[in-house]
Amino acid sequence: MSGMKDAGHLFRFAGLFVLAFLVFLVVRTYVVPKSFGEYGHYRGAAIGEIASRPIKFAGHQTCETCHADIADTKTKGAHAHVNCEACHGALAAHADDPMTVTPVKPDTAVLCAQCHTASAAKPKDFPQVDPADHSGGVPCETCHNPHSPIIGSDSGASAGSGSSAKTAKGGAK
Amino acid sequence: MSGVEGYIYPNEVTLYWSVLIVLYPFITGLVAGAFILASLERVFSVEAVKPTYRLALLTALAFLLVAPLPLVLHLGHPFRSPEMYFTPHDTSAMAMFGYVYMWYLMAVLVFEIWLDYRREIVLLSQTSKGLLRLIYKVMTLGSSNVSARSLHIDDKVGWIVTLVGIPSAFLLHGYVGFIFGSLKANPWWSSPLMPVIFIFSAMVSGIAAVMLLYMATTKLRGLKIDMRCVDKVAMYMFYIFLIDFSLEMLDLVHRVYEADESFRSLNFLVHTKLYFSQIVVQICLGTIVPLVLLFLTQVVKLGEMARKRIYILSGSLALIGVLAMRWNVVIGGQLFSKSFLGYTTYKMALVTREGLLAAIGLTILPLLFLWALVKLLPPWPDKSLHEAATGD
Ligand code: HEC
Ligand code: HEC
Ligand code: HEC
Ligand code: HEC
Repeated sequence: MSGMKDAGHLFRFAGLFVLAFLVFLVVRTYVVPKSFGEYGHYRGAAIGEIASRPIKFAGHQTCETCHADIADTKTKGAHAHVNCEACHGALAAHADDPMTVTPVKPDTAVLCAQCHTASAAKPKDFPQVDPADHSGGVPCETCHNPHSPIIGSDSGASAGSGSSAKTAKGGAK
Repeated sequence: MSGVEGYIYPNEVTLYWSVLIVLYPFITGLVAGAFILASLERVFSVEAVKPTYRLALLTALAFLLVAPLPLVLHLGHPFRSPEMYFTPHDTSAMAMFGYVYMWYLMAVLVFEIWLDYRREIVLLSQTSKGLLRLIYKVMTLGSSNVSARSLHIDDKVGWIVTLVGIPSAFLLHGYVGFIFGSLKANPWWSSPLMPVIFIFSAMVSGIAAVMLLYMATTKLRGLKIDMRCVDKVAMYMFYIFLIDFSLEMLDLVHRVYEADESFRSLNFLVHTKLYFSQIVVQICLGTIVPLVLLFLTQVVKLGEMARKRIYILSGSLALIGVLAMRWNVVIGGQLFSKSFLGYTTYKMALVTREGLLAAIGLTILPLLFLWALVKLLPPWPDKSLHEAATGD
């Protein structure tokens, strides 16, 4: 009995631990979101919240329903596998309401360089240029049709004409 | 791109683990080392090092309180850090650190210090005044029982806590080595020897720090340094240093002999960007010189003054060497490309959140904590207190 008394302070210390642990558990029930761990180590409700956000990308099939001409040009060219919105940015708003939401045309000096600037990290067979050197400061679309970039391969549907590109060929390389 | 040579992947150009991540294993290492020194005296009852026992415990606590701060500064979002406790992620070694830390802090260090100081705390709660009295009162947890039997129980329980504490200290610091050693994508880190090397270098740095702190505080208090104690501590340091050095060399020889596909790249790194911090500072200045100096004190009869100077010099060099080792592991592991064809450069910022000033601040902070702890819980026998106790 007296042994217990002399160890009393140890129980106080242990009690402090138990108390801290209980406080932890109580706080935990309040701060951990209800749906945490429902599917994995994250908040289950997050999936619903993200899904309910407005859609930003329309997808190329949607663009093609209205811009069939461009889709035609593109599928025949080197950019066949580059998606519309990879260049034009997310345009679901435009696809929903084309009359009020008019997309801005991409600035080719920036856009094309993003993918085609030469870098050792890119596969060797990927077409790459030093943009400043190669274009001589002229916007890319003066010579290349963005929707069918190989010169002379496009049907003249868009910017740049095959003949002007051919004359510029010498200077560009 | 400036500072980049050869072929390097885009995500390897900037180093994300900054000087603060260098500091973090250094600080936890001091904790583990200081604690293990204290445990030696406790478990093996080494009388000679007794004067460092409490100082070592307080040092461990002061540094442990600062240990997570480099991580918090590095990660940002300090308010998110409790989530590591609230939603434990049991397959992530990094996420488990919170628990290892909490266990070590509360169940080992604080408990052991409390048991060891309980008599003083109770006496101080009766003799001191004002706010201090309140603080001590809270620290007694409302029990003023300092009967011989209760103190005897404390001693027994403290011994068990120390026993549990040794594997805990190994766990705490082994964990830090494990974080690096288990990264199989990085050949500079990936090695099962990593946790072991981290623990032994931690012990070296912790013992060196406590030895220097003991000599400094004794000088500051105008007392005579107990040479029997310092000699013993230095001897421990020497032997553990020897093991540490052998392990590091074993690791090195192993890498050289194995010479796997990363070897040429790492070898180049050690001869160029890491030459100064690894070969010059870590191995020569921070290991071989102090080892030779300590060896001298073991085999040659030297005067007291000479021994003191050697201890101060080799202790400081050992600390620098261990810090350099952490630097070479953390920074070195990020300087080369995983393609083994290119290298980048670490540019330390000065006044940013992860810059040099923050690092210096975090190095000084534990010393301030230690100062406060020493004021609150004096680690040396206090005459006036004994008189008060007998006068009561
Ligand atoms: C419902 C039909 C429709 C869909 C779907 C649609 N557009 Fe359009 N788009 C139009 C019309 C109509 C115009 C012309 C409007 C104007 O000139 O203001 C236009 C114009 C454009 C323009 C040219 C703006 C200019 O400055 O000349 C671009 C670029 C464009 N659309 C891209 C896209 C992309 C990319 C998509 C797919 C995400 C898309 N569109 C989907 C109907 C559509
Ligand atoms: C490689 C990048 C790229 C891709 C992929 C791309 N575009 Fe374009 N598109 C451009 C650029 C650049 C312009 C602006 C040309 C200019 O300024 O003359 C443009 C212009 C347009 C225009 C304006 C009319 C015109 O011909 O100038 C429409 C409409 C358009 N694109 C629709 C589409 C659609 C639909 C797709 C997907 C089928 C698509 N684009 C895919 C880069 C691209
Ligand atoms: C989203 C990335 C992307 C953007 C932006 C982009 N391209 Fe391309 N480009 C490609 C891909 C992918 C190919 C096909 C490469 C292949 O066939 O291996 C390609 C092919 C080409 C080719 C054909 C090269 C050849 O000889 O086969 C030219 C020319 C070209 N692009 C020019 C441009 C121009 C001009 C622009 C700006 C209007 C542009 N690209 C924007 C990805 C891009
Ligand atoms: C003055 C006209 C001109 C301009 C402006 C121009 N190009 Fe070209 N580009 C050419 C010619 C000509 C070729 C060679 C075509 C060929 O070999 O079929 C070419 C080829 C390319 C190729 C293919 C290179 C390869 O190795 O296959 C790419 C990619 C390219 N250009 C991208 C660009 C980009 C990006 C820009 C804008 C920064 C640009 N071009 C501006 C004329 C031009």
